[in-house]
Amino acid sequence: MIQKRNPIDLLFSVITAGASFMVILLVIGIFAVLMKESSLSIERFGFIKFIITNEWNPVTEVFGAAASIFGTMVTTAIALMIAIPIAIGIAIFVTEIAPDFMKGPIGAAIELLAAIPSIIYGMWGLFTLAPIMSKYIEPQLQKYLGNIPLLGALFEGTPMGIDLLTASVILSIMIIPFTASISRDAFNLTPSVVKESAYAVGATQWEVVRDVVLPYSKMGVFGGIVLSLGRALGETMAVAFVLGNNHQITASLFNAAATITVTLANEFTEADKDVYLSSLFHLALVLFMMSFIVLAAAKFLLFKAERRSNV
Amino acid sequence: MKTGLSLLMALLVTLSFSVAGADEIINGAGATFPYPVYAAWAYDYHKATGIKFNYQSIGSGGGQRQIVGRTVDFGASDDPVKPDALKKDSLLQFPAVIGGVVPVVNIAGIKDGQLRLDSDTLCGIYLGDIKKWNDAKLSVINPKLKLPDSNITVVHRSDGSGTTAIFTNYLAAVCPAFKNNVGEGKAVKWPAGIGGKGNEGVANYVKKTPNSIGYVEFAYAKQNKLTYTQLKNKAGNFVEPSFDSFEDAADSGDFDSKKDFYAWLNNTPGKTSWPIAGATFILLAKEKKDSNVKTVKFFDWAFKNGDAKAKELVYVPLPKSLKDKVRGYWKANGIQ
Repeated sequence: MIQKRNPIDLLFSVITAGASFMVILLVIGIFAVLMKESSLSIERFGFIKFIITNEWNPVTEVFGAAASIFGTMVTTAIALMIAIPIAIGIAIFVTEIAPDFMKGPIGAAIELLAAIPSIIYGMWGLFTLAPIMSKYIEPQLQKYLGNIPLLGALFEGTPMGIDLLTASVILSIMIIPFTASISRDAFNLTPSVVKESAYAVGATQWEVVRDVVLPYSKMGVFGGIVLSLGRALGETMAVAFVLGNNHQITASLFNAAATITVTLANEFTEADKDVYLSSLFHLALVLFMMSFIVLAAAKFLLFKAERRSNV
Repeated sequence: MKTGLSLLMALLVTLSFSVAGADEIINGAGATFPYPVYAAWAYDYHKATGIKFNYQSIGSGGGQRQIVGRTVDFGASDDPVKPDALKKDSLLQFPAVIGGVVPVVNIAGIKDGQLRLDSDTLCGIYLGDIKKWNDAKLSVINPKLKLPDSNITVVHRSDGSGTTAIFTNYLAAVCPAFKNNVGEGKAVKWPAGIGGKGNEGVANYVKKTPNSIGYVEFAYAKQNKLTYTQLKNKAGNFVEPSFDSFEDAADSGDFDSKKDFYAWLNNTPGKTSWPIAGATFILLAKEKKDSNVKTVKFFDWAFKNGDAKAKELVYVPLPKSLKDKVRGYWKANGIQ
């Protein structure tokens, strides 16, 4: 069987297999380097203790990741809350509602948005969005939501524009194109026969979207959300300028904070002590594991859901 | 396939030629702060001598690491390395250019150089103890100004930087409370305020936030037209940041070639000295004679011909006396 194989085919399969194994090797390699470089910090602070310690002081050389992990999770969660409804709305409009001549331009605009380098979002956030947030949006939020018990705690303090909320808004703008374009592709896969049948029995546009298109493509949409989640977890430059890199855990969204990537971007170049540098690698290791766990969990859910829908 | 191969060959041949024909090159890496002036000098030096000067601004920590690992001809650092650490890694160190840190404010009606600060008030503001602009401590030294009854927004750097190292070294030197509660370093745990990324981040926040105060490199204060303050120096005089006051600080600085120029220019005793300044340093590997000669030639040339360019970029050139001291240090260590 093997002897009969065309040599070019064989070469082709070897090359493609090599390329694929390279990816696995790279992941293992990165993991190994992160482990090695953070060994000093793991030794000094302990892996679990590092994660739950809320102290980051380069002068006394005490490092803990709790505040950065908190910031990463909060900004990602808020960004997804803002981005998902908007992105799905865009996708529905483009596939189901917009007249044909508008589909092209809107689709191109979404893809352009995805192609903007994140440093541009960062500078735009610093020079344009932060002042708008601190002058107009955040005082209004404070005025209307600040007095509600519990919820009000989210909007306490002086709105400076350099805070969790601004960072989340920038992140959400960055991930909208991913979710939107993948959702759009998923919606397009709905067979027109099914949709037309639904219209034929008198369903409204809303009913078709809700009962035909969305159920049919929910896996694809979910995949898009997972991709954007991964991007939001690791996004660096867009938030580095507007988050302030303050290692603190606070309830208010109007406070400066730090994410793992923001800490790395801000402090890596000038980390001159060995423990300091090692702790930054340790932080990167934590992010690496977080992303891995989140993506693995999402894949698992996707897998389970796929099996259920096949049965 | 064949054409592809021959194309590749042609490319390789041209590449190897261009490598062989390359000019002599000096490789360095380190501090980001002096990068613009090194780059400008490198451009002029290349025009004058044909020797290339390649500088990677990867940060002071990286610069120190690279020269300890002997992967570059020289390392650059914004903070001086202590003489015993230099000895351990058998390194040489000398200053190249001077920078200063300037407090900048944004208060309605207050113009350049009107607000007076001293070590006590600056420290109090950055510790979060002085919360309002009309605090009694500020009013006492600013009898002529009408300072507003509003909260002070403190802005500091969010990233690790030599600017912060100089600034916190000054505060720790003049203010025991700061030394005990915060300490000094390129990144510290600030008790008050918000963080901006880079000089440009701090400059932008101060510009856009009423009643704020921040600290930036002298160059950024000038280029962004921020409102700088006066500061009381060790001699007891209120001074404004200027080339002269920085040069005076450098002149009265405690640079000793026997200590490998390990010195901060903070709180220097000169009459007109600006109290917050620091040199940025070059690190050489003691045993690498050839590359040291190359590097030193470049800086000798820059000391002779680069002052105007440095000033144009708002860096403070070393005073002549210090340049001579550095040249003596080179000779004493067998370079040149």
